[in-house]
Amino acid sequence: MRVLTGVTIGVAIVVSVTSCGSSSNPTTSTTGSGSTVATAGDGALTLYSGQHEQTVTALVAAFGAATGITVNVRSDDEATLANQILQEGKDSPADMFFAENPPALNVLDDAKLLAPVAPSTLAKVATTYNPTSGDWVGVSARSVALAYNTDQVGESALPSSILDLAEPAWKGKVGFAPGETDFQPLITTIIKLKGLDAATAWLKDLKANSTIFDDNEGLVAAIDRGEVEVGIIDHYYWFRLRDEVGASKLKTGLHYFASGDAGNLVDVSGAAQLATSKHPKSDAAFLAFLVSEAGQRIIADSESYEYPLGSGVQTTKDLRPFADFGQSPMSIADLGDGKQALQLLQQVGLL
Amino acid sequence: MNASAVAPTGVTPRFRRPRRTTERSPWWLRVVVAVVGVGLAVPLVSVATQAVSAGSSTAHRILTGPILPSLLLHTVYLTAIVASACGLLGLGAAWLVERTDLPLRRLFAVMLLLPLAVPEFVAGYSWVSIAPSIQGLRGASFVMTLSLYPLVYLPVSAALRRTDAGADEVARSLGVGPFARFWRITMPSVKRPLFGGMLLVGLYLLAEYGAFAILRYRTFATAIYTQYRLGFDGNAASVLTMVLCLIGVVLLTAESRIGRVGHPGRETGRPAYRARLGWTMPLAVLAILALCALAIGVPVGSIIYWMVRGSSTTLPPASVFTTAVRSLGLGAVAAGVATALALPVAVLSVRHPSKFASTVERTAYLDRALPGIAIGLTFVTLTVHHLRPLYQSTTLLEAAYVLLFFPLALVAIRSAVARVPPVFDEIARSLGLSPLRVMCRITIPLVLPGLGAAATLVWLSSTTELTATLLLRPTGLSTLATQFWVYTSGLAYGAAAPYAAIMIGMSVIPVALLTRLSRTASQRHRSVAS
Repeated sequence: MRVLTGVTIGVAIVVSVTSCGSSSNPTTSTTGSGSTVATAGDGALTLYSGQHEQTVTALVAAFGAATGITVNVRSDDEATLANQILQEGKDSPADMFFAENPPALNVLDDAKLLAPVAPSTLAKVATTYNPTSGDWVGVSARSVALAYNTDQVGESALPSSILDLAEPAWKGKVGFAPGETDFQPLITTIIKLKGLDAATAWLKDLKANSTIFDDNEGLVAAIDRGEVEVGIIDHYYWFRLRDEVGASKLKTGLHYFASGDAGNLVDVSGAAQLATSKHPKSDAAFLAFLVSEAGQRIIADSESYEYPLGSGVQTTKDLRPFADFGQSPMSIADLGDGKQALQLLQQVGLL
Repeated sequence: MNASAVAPTGVTPRFRRPRRTTERSPWWLRVVVAVVGVGLAVPLVSVATQAVSAGSSTAHRILTGPILPSLLLHTVYLTAIVASACGLLGLGAAWLVERTDLPLRRLFAVMLLLPLAVPEFVAGYSWVSIAPSIQGLRGASFVMTLSLYPLVYLPVSAALRRTDAGADEVARSLGVGPFARFWRITMPSVKRPLFGGMLLVGLYLLAEYGAFAILRYRTFATAIYTQYRLGFDGNAASVLTMVLCLIGVVLLTAESRIGRVGHPGRETGRPAYRARLGWTMPLAVLAILALCALAIGVPVGSIIYWMVRGSSTTLPPASVFTTAVRSLGLGAVAAGVATALALPVAVLSVRHPSKFASTVERTAYLDRALPGIAIGLTFVTLTVHHLRPLYQSTTLLEAAYVLLFFPLALVAIRSAVARVPPVFDEIARSLGLSPLRVMCRITIPLVLPGLGAAATLVWLSSTTELTATLLLRPTGLSTLATQFWVYTSGLAYGAAAPYAAIMIGMSVIPVALLTRLSRTASQRHRSVAS
């Protein structure tokens, strides 16, 4: 038994020595999920990414093949990464940030941590999908949608406006995830379109009608199991669920709100380079690549099921045609940092 | 955990063996403990500084928010319910395994510890996916009790195994009934490990976020995460975190008031008498089996379900293997370091109890009540500006693991040190050995199984840690937990399942080791005592 104990402690010490050695060695390859890791010393870029990891891995690999520039990807929740960059301030090792929603980028923009994006890069994307500051560029888009259990809800019963979900008819049937970073832009939109008082009343009624979920993954899976009848999600959760469950076994349908409705919201994932980056030229090249035809084709083909926004590339997946969304009720600039939406969610007691 | 390791007044002296020496503690021991204490205080000081700099108007705005009172109540309810339930389950299971003629005891001893190997976020996911009604206060209490009761079971069963059953036998021969004997003789001897375990459970609950998020039960920690994630407001979050710390102080104080009364029984040189279960035996076996099935069967079952049913199970097995080895390696380092640092703290606080020693101990416990994101961002702020070479290095990640799981190591080593009579140290000292040599040649060999248990507990926990790992890892480094997170956040449960399976599968070895170490400790003690 003494031997066994000795072995445990011995293993701990040996591993500690070896791993401390490797941490100081920049050329160590620590690829786990396929993300590219520094081999190129000084020239390698660091990207903080809150986006779908598999898609980002594909983008980074293609960029590396085309330019020879290595990009190290640090994946985490977009909000955690934004907090991390705020804490790091001028000392941030990050060169670029790829977020899922505008608030995370706008918070950094307000803190003067982002550098302007090259006009030629911004020009690849329609101006509606870029911020007025020009400090980050829209890369891909997702839309708000309603997932519904096909056994429980008929297509004819589905609402044309997201505001209808607060009606008494939907009591006990709705699910949503107020803590998701995807949800804030929707609330911002309703505040802008209907005013703060109406938005407050709507949110209170919606809360009374609904089951609260922690995240959209849990929500869409619960709809498929028939636990709630409908749920407010971003469209791609439905496609990812279909991949996992299989189209033949899927019991969930996807419904879009009418054109002009607050729920017909197209939201943008964007990328930025940090003001403190030590490789501004390579960063600019990467951002240009993201919205180039080659980069956008990767997004168009990927299993993140988002809409490409640049260079006129269309999705190759069976998504609703992007043109069908028509005019989005909000410009991206209007989405701001989401603080007002957060305060409302807290005031109503959802957070 | 505080100075009352000395016999409290009113306890018959012959029942007690002094745990401390009269000699003054060696200066180097105090220095080492002081350094460790400073390290442990870093996150608390950092959060407190930020909270103070946030100013009283922020504090007022945050603390008068509309839902804070209800979140505070949620936290209090949950802590009370889960700590009590873990106390009951842990005590009951430990008594059945250690003090009755329950069949298959050896097997149950291992199985009852296995929930330690299931990360809370895996347990949460699996319960929600098989029984969606598992949510809210009831659901959260249920799931958390099932995953945390081993923190009580482990120390209580160790105490039951080594305390003398003589008093129990005498009382029995005098016709005292089983319930009275349990209450008046067994209970006092396990009171300390029982309340110590419940304290750990309470502190874990204060800081927990992930599982409650999945179970849709919102506590104070949830509010803190919201301030960070949606408000990007570190100041507000730090004000809230200070409130959690206050609750942690209340728990620590309560534990030291209640848990220290009573006395550990005399330690024995022979195995304890085992009660005959008789006709209740099948019921007891069923109860233990049901507990194991719920705590282990459900997570394992749903992982298998994901692997079979999910369409995304297309993994190169090689990546699973290398990731597993890396996770084990990271955990092993943290285990070695945490054990080495906890030993001096345990020795000082048991042998030379003082305000200073108990302050260091309490600091370690209070850290446990800080949410992972608060600790992680503290490490970010500190290293990125002042210790740049350490930032996003494996060393920093290891430091975070050591800090997060230091209390586990401390509890295990503390009880091991307390079991070694100081008379051995004193004899060695009188024969002319220096205090350092006494430590190396007498104390460490005698507490070796305790060190092994400490290392194993830290190893298990840090191998599956998620929040701090995501925040502090070197860019590009992946562990089993981060891979599980990547796939589940993309809804690819099938692809995530192998990582969860390995996390649980590979933990069987350390858990078995833990059980054996704990047995060895009591045997070793027996040979020393006799």
